[in-house]
Amino acid sequence: MSNNEQTLRFCSSAIMMRIKTPKNGRVRRELEKRAPKLVETGKKTLILQGTKTSGTLNGVLSEIYHLKKGGAVRFTRKNDNIRPFESGGEASLEFFSLKTDCSLFVYGSHSKKRPNNLVIGRMYDHHVYDLVEVGVENFKSIESFNYDKKMAPRVGSKPFIAFVGEGFENVDELKHLKEVLLDLLRGEVVENINLAGVDRAYVCTAISLNKVYLTHCALRLKKSGTVVPRMELVEVGPSMDLVVRRHRLPNEGLRKEAMRTAKDQPKKKIKNVSSDAIEGTIGKIYIPDQKVGDVALPNKAKGVKRERREAKKKEANERASKKQREESE
Amino acid sequence: MEMEMEMEMETQKPFQVDVGNLLAFNPFHNFSSLPTSRDELVKECLEEGTKLIQAVADGLFNLPSTEDVDGPLVKLPPPATKLPREKHLPKPKPPTKWEEFAKKKGITKRKKDKVVWDEQTGTWKRRFGYDRVHDDKDIPIIEAKMTDEPGEDPFAKRQDDKKKRVEKQEKNRLQNLKQAAKLGALPSHVQLAATALPITGTQAPPKKVTKDELGNVAGMAATSTASGGKFDRKLPGEKPAKKQGKHRKFLPVVEGSGIGSREKEQTDNVLNKLISKHSHEILNIGKAVTMYNVKKEKKARNRKNQEGKSSSTSNKLKPKKQLHKKAAKKGPESSKKRKAK
Repeated sequence: MSNNEQTLRFCSSAIMMRIKTPKNGRVRRELEKRAPKLVETGKKTLILQGTKTSGTLNGVLSEIYHLKKGGAVRFTRKNDNIRPFESGGEASLEFFSLKTDCSLFVYGSHSKKRPNNLVIGRMYDHHVYDLVEVGVENFKSIESFNYDKKMAPRVGSKPFIAFVGEGFENVDELKHLKEVLLDLLRGEVVENINLAGVDRAYVCTAISLNKVYLTHCALRLKKSGTVVPRMELVEVGPSMDLVVRRHRLPNEGLRKEAMRTAKDQPKKKIKNVSSDAIEGTIGKIYIPDQKVGDVALPNKAKGVKRERREAKKKEANERASKKQREESE
Repeated sequence: MEMEMEMEMETQKPFQVDVGNLLAFNPFHNFSSLPTSRDELVKECLEEGTKLIQAVADGLFNLPSTEDVDGPLVKLPPPATKLPREKHLPKPKPPTKWEEFAKKKGITKRKKDKVVWDEQTGTWKRRFGYDRVHDDKDIPIIEAKMTDEPGEDPFAKRQDDKKKRVEKQEKNRLQNLKQAAKLGALPSHVQLAATALPITGTQAPPKKVTKDELGNVAGMAATSTASGGKFDRKLPGEKPAKKQGKHRKFLPVVEGSGIGSREKEQTDNVLNKLISKHSHEILNIGKAVTMYNVKKEKKARNRKNQEGKSSSTSNKLKPKKQLHKKAAKKGPESSKKRKAK
């Protein structure tokens, strides 16, 4: 009976709710892995394709998948309804991102107007954050390189990344591409790294105002006199030319929110303190107006002194007279 | 991305090195003239790349390292280049109602042991679970208090109280979670699901249809066809509709006579009803009294009307004199009336 009463009470106020918790430890651990964390480690990448792809594009996508084997998901079917740069065409992408827990995606498509097109994008809270569209030219796959197989980089090792060129500093699109490539190419964010395990490097050079040459190399550490070994790069992996076509920067508000970290506290402005190059830190002290009439004078007034002297004399006389009386008695 | 570790190389131009990300950036290089062949371009790129990576490696290998099984381990500095997060910052859980109350009162948590000493059996028993300390079923005697009602079962009362406490706790937990969900700080493994839509007005909540009812639905719909659903094509596995309406029982054609003879029983029943053999059972006293009262009230009403109206009209509207007689002989008369009906 009381159960019915309770349910009725809920009905009158709002929707009746039920608490759902996973009954499986495995499911619980998966959910906790996907929950937002204070400090984030690696981002997973979703690699998928559009209506039409070319041979080179297929090669590019599978090689990117190989490079990011540990943290990437590859979809092989064609997706007609994904158009990243259009307002309605992102719904499918966001759904996939939600289901696979991927916040980076690489979408390949091929058309006459945009041949060998790659759209690299990032997500914030499973909504599209920013996009960069590049065209792939002069693609050379892993198989076409000859190198000593023993030097091949192992899967999942943390790579060195090098950006060369003033274009990355001056041109807006290349700056954006640099940020996105950094996100894509760096692996997990780790605290400790084993020095014996560094064996790969990515080199991105800005060849012209909108072209970037990206290549993947294996590292050879050669003996040098000091602790630091001499680095030698040997091209192993895919190399391609990326031509920036379009890009979409994130909204300012969204960008501010995404860049926030836990340590960022709004800087408390210290008042009345400024720093000078020559003199160092300078402080300002404000003194209120002096009220001349109210200030207590340091020197006691002559009249006060006289009074005290006379009071002392009186006391002394009284004591003397007392003593005389006692003596007399 | 502005952590500048100025590494002066031969070119006397600083690179931007971020050891935390193993990243190096040379913002000052430019191709004055693009190399003519692809190979030369590649070579130049690799050269520049090597220089940059050497710079990063200088920084990396100079970090203090600890010896590990696989090799020297270094602790990387935090990455200097800020990249956008992939998910929002987790919001801190709001304190529950109990936590707020405890903070206000200054109540602190105390560590509880898994086993508790049980006085009754003289052993250490679990605090909860199988064979626990203060289990309801282990109480042999409950002493009666002055405040207890005489007809109440104290053991059942204890169980009811416990149930109520558990329900209250569940309700409180739901409210705490709802509050957390409102602030966006629901724990990752919990989901709140709506079980029913809000009830508006006098609508009854949608009834859950049972399996049997659903099975009958097709049959019920079939009766609206011209031939009553007899020739409808049935799906595989669909059972024929159960017959609706009264189920008539017919007696068997050949049956022995005797005590168990059904036909004799049937005829006996009908005859007894007609002769009213058990007439004392037939009279429905309540109904008789009601009928009498109704008649009495009607009579009283008519008499009142009679006094108000003229005598000429009263001839036609004479009160029935039979009422008096009927009122006297209440018992058998009413039964006779019933029989006549």
